[in-house]
Amino acid sequence: MNLLSASAAELGRLIATREVSSVEVTRAHLDQIAAVDTCIHAFLAIDATGALRQAAATDARIAAGEQLGPLAGVPIAIKDLLCYQALPTTAGSRILEGWVPPYNSTVVQRLIAAGLVLIGKTNCDEFAMGSSTETSGYGPTHNPWDTARIPGGSGGGSAAAVAACETPLAIGTDTGGSIRQPAAVTGSVGVKPTYGMVSRYGIIAMASSLDQAGPVARTTLDAALLHTVIAGHDPMDSTSLTTPVPDVVTAARLGDVRGLRIGLVREFSGEGYAPGVELRVQQAIAALLTAGAEVVEVSCPHFIHALATYYLIMPAEVSSNLARYDGMRYGLRIGDDGTNSTETVTRLTRGKGFGTEAKRRIILGTYALSAGYYDAYYGSAQKMRTLIARDFATAFERCDVLVSPATPTTAFKLGERIDDPLAMYMSDLCTIPANLAGIGAASFPCGLAPEDGLPVGFQVMAPALRDERLYQVGAALERELTAKWGSQLLAQAPALTDTKVVW
Amino acid sequence: MADELLSFDAVLERFDPVLGLEVHVELSTKSKMWCGCPTEFGNEPNSQVCPVCLGLPGSLPVVNAKAVESAIRIGLSLNCQIARWCRFARKNYFYPDMPKDYQISQYDEPLCFDGEIAVEVGEMAYQVPIERVHMEEDAGKITHIGGVGRIANADYSLLDYNRAGVPLMEIVTKTIHDTGAAAPEVAAGYVALLRDMVRALAVSQGRMERGNLRCDVNVSLMPKGASELGIRSETKNVNSLRAVADAVRYEMRRQGAILSAGGRVVQETRHWNEAGYTTAGRSKETAEDYRYFPEPDLVPLAADPAWVEQLRATLPEHPGKRRARLRTEWGFTQREFGDILAVPGALDTIADTVLAGATPIAARKWWLTELARRANEWGVALDELPITAKQVAEVQALLDTGQINDKLARQVIEGVLAGEGDPAAVVQHRGLTVVSDTGALEVAVDGAIAADP
Repeated sequence: MNLLSASAAELGRLIATREVSSVEVTRAHLDQIAAVDTCIHAFLAIDATGALRQAAATDARIAAGEQLGPLAGVPIAIKDLLCYQALPTTAGSRILEGWVPPYNSTVVQRLIAAGLVLIGKTNCDEFAMGSSTETSGYGPTHNPWDTARIPGGSGGGSAAAVAACETPLAIGTDTGGSIRQPAAVTGSVGVKPTYGMVSRYGIIAMASSLDQAGPVARTTLDAALLHTVIAGHDPMDSTSLTTPVPDVVTAARLGDVRGLRIGLVREFSGEGYAPGVELRVQQAIAALLTAGAEVVEVSCPHFIHALATYYLIMPAEVSSNLARYDGMRYGLRIGDDGTNSTETVTRLTRGKGFGTEAKRRIILGTYALSAGYYDAYYGSAQKMRTLIARDFATAFERCDVLVSPATPTTAFKLGERIDDPLAMYMSDLCTIPANLAGIGAASFPCGLAPEDGLPVGFQVMAPALRDERLYQVGAALERELTAKWGSQLLAQAPALTDTKVVW
Repeated sequence: MADELLSFDAVLERFDPVLGLEVHVELSTKSKMWCGCPTEFGNEPNSQVCPVCLGLPGSLPVVNAKAVESAIRIGLSLNCQIARWCRFARKNYFYPDMPKDYQISQYDEPLCFDGEIAVEVGEMAYQVPIERVHMEEDAGKITHIGGVGRIANADYSLLDYNRAGVPLMEIVTKTIHDTGAAAPEVAAGYVALLRDMVRALAVSQGRMERGNLRCDVNVSLMPKGASELGIRSETKNVNSLRAVADAVRYEMRRQGAILSAGGRVVQETRHWNEAGYTTAGRSKETAEDYRYFPEPDLVPLAADPAWVEQLRATLPEHPGKRRARLRTEWGFTQREFGDILAVPGALDTIADTVLAGATPIAARKWWLTELARRANEWGVALDELPITAKQVAEVQALLDTGQINDKLARQVIEGVLAGEGDPAAVVQHRGLTVVSDTGALEVAVDGAIAADP
């Protein structure tokens, strides 16, 4: 048994039956981080002492006969957007450098309560704004498949950490694709639950009406187990849903798609889509047909406006959410030498603390909300958001889930799009509509593009609250494809160092 | 103060004043608007804060249901419609006392709208139309140290976020027309009515001197016969009833002088100075753009109509109706009753004293003279004096039964205020009884004559 390539479900079972200890599992992952993170840079902070202490505590509880959840003792990494009292929380921004929150996010509380072992905070684009982790104030993360390439973003740290076996599980957040696009380009599984299913309390906001935390894992079942731990009503978040969390674990165990109607979104193909991406998506659909699903092609005519809509609503909310970083109360403060005015200190602090992309979006959003422009920009975008949600509603009358590529291309090279914001934004073309409509969506690995040998992600989108369908499709696909490949896709990833991960 | 002023009468000859009043009411809920922190006043700075009211990264607001209930009850008392569905909005602006650098407020979808309330001035009743009642949050308190007490040249500033997130209601009138010479009194009367209303509803302390009730006064003038509104000024933080009336009168006279000289009134925010005049603040033309948009962290508010009706059915007696009833019951003239209304808290303390057995005339006398003077000296409200309505009624009873005279009664009150106990105890303790035993009196007189023949 290789503790690094084992699934979280397996590790949880072994720990529960005391075949291995949580301390051993945790130590193995801390060793892997020490060995590979110098070339991946998935982590911004590691809590080795705290993690081993939590692991020992979980081992003790198990030894004492306590019945814990299926993931008790399993290590997990969390995106640096989630407040965690034990470690600094920076949101990938210099403006929050060294800030240690005085409280835990609800997701973190739930992880601790379920006995998971929090090993560290993962890198992300600054305030989750980016598709490559290159806007992080602390340097980019590298894709384990090719360290010259991006790991996706904003949650590139979480996806890369999982893909590089530095952790079996991670938490990401998804505002326009920040869980799914990194999962796609690293060959991991990433799920954005229905908006409101996972509490946002204690998660640093980018765009409040779009942000949603979710699981990053190597298998569909692992993601479902983690989904169950973090989902559920939270009175601290007014937008948190009170409806019961669907049984995603059973859906992931069964992977039964017989009779399931799958709709392929016509708008997400053709020009701009890499041939290898289209090929693997077609093959994934064929695999689902084999598994008993029905497939139709559907049109969602307003999806072509999703990117423009997103780039009005998201920056508008960003411009307001990021206003609090003014150097007055916490985080970075520049120019407080007794001669500068409050406004000057704030200006200097923001000038230095925010990166280019954060500034770009603050300016865009401020403009979109300003008097005289509100109706034309923010107002119109809200109307288009409604039309996009209606496209989904119409499509879901004909099919149970919608599918598409998760991202138009495979991982591009670091530096390739950083000076071309529009090209960068195109990375989220397929993932944004689900955020605008608030529905659940996921990316599952579906093969390597023949032209570059890099992973391709298959996106599944389900109606609001029907997140179990994501796992049904993901598990069926995983079963069909691993049977064909003879192993998980990630087993084909190149070795990073001499410390071999045995699959 | 260098403003040219036209005489009040001359203003009225040529112009019709138009008023608009915005009143902020701080609610007296136990917890804050978006979190469970207490709202208690006067505690150690920053001792009543949490991640939510400090606006820490990642924190989220949750609406205080009691505050919503209070706002609806205020709206119903002002005869407003209650929105079946409304949202909160973010008002974006920067100031160090705003932890999130935006205020959660309501914009184009207020909770209560389209109301109306009658304000009596003398024998006349003026209808004041209500535009809206909406909910928002208070900011923290900033104290500038050094300089002249403003942020620009302070040595440093201290921030106390205990008040940040305390629920506020903003009550906005539509333009109030046809008040003529009574404009100052209508404005003050309206604010007094609101104050009494929120106190009767027990939703706010309603103390202007403590900032529980803060008033912004909008004034413009229309030339007689004109149909278009004039340009208005907005005088901020007018924080006593008298100041409300004075600010209206001052702005009428100032604007009257400008317009009579062929000038143009500048649309601006003005500050009220306690010395009795307004000064220019920031001009509205360069005013901030607040970039309002619907608050994405909160779900829309949809008050159940059945609940609203239940709240309507349990409203206390309307202050206007109560006043009319009490005036009739007590038999006071408009002027006599008006004197009571002019003193904050007097109506309630007098009513309580009457309930405790005193006559209205006696109750009015004590509270408006001796006790009002004391309250004034100590800078407290009448009902904050360490004497109860019942104790005042007891003093009056001692007086009525001849056990003490008027002069001694004042000493008894003195004693009660000094914490010497109930009136009877003070009488005993200080030996203040009027000597009514003629035998004892004769002995005393004889003794005095003998000592000094």
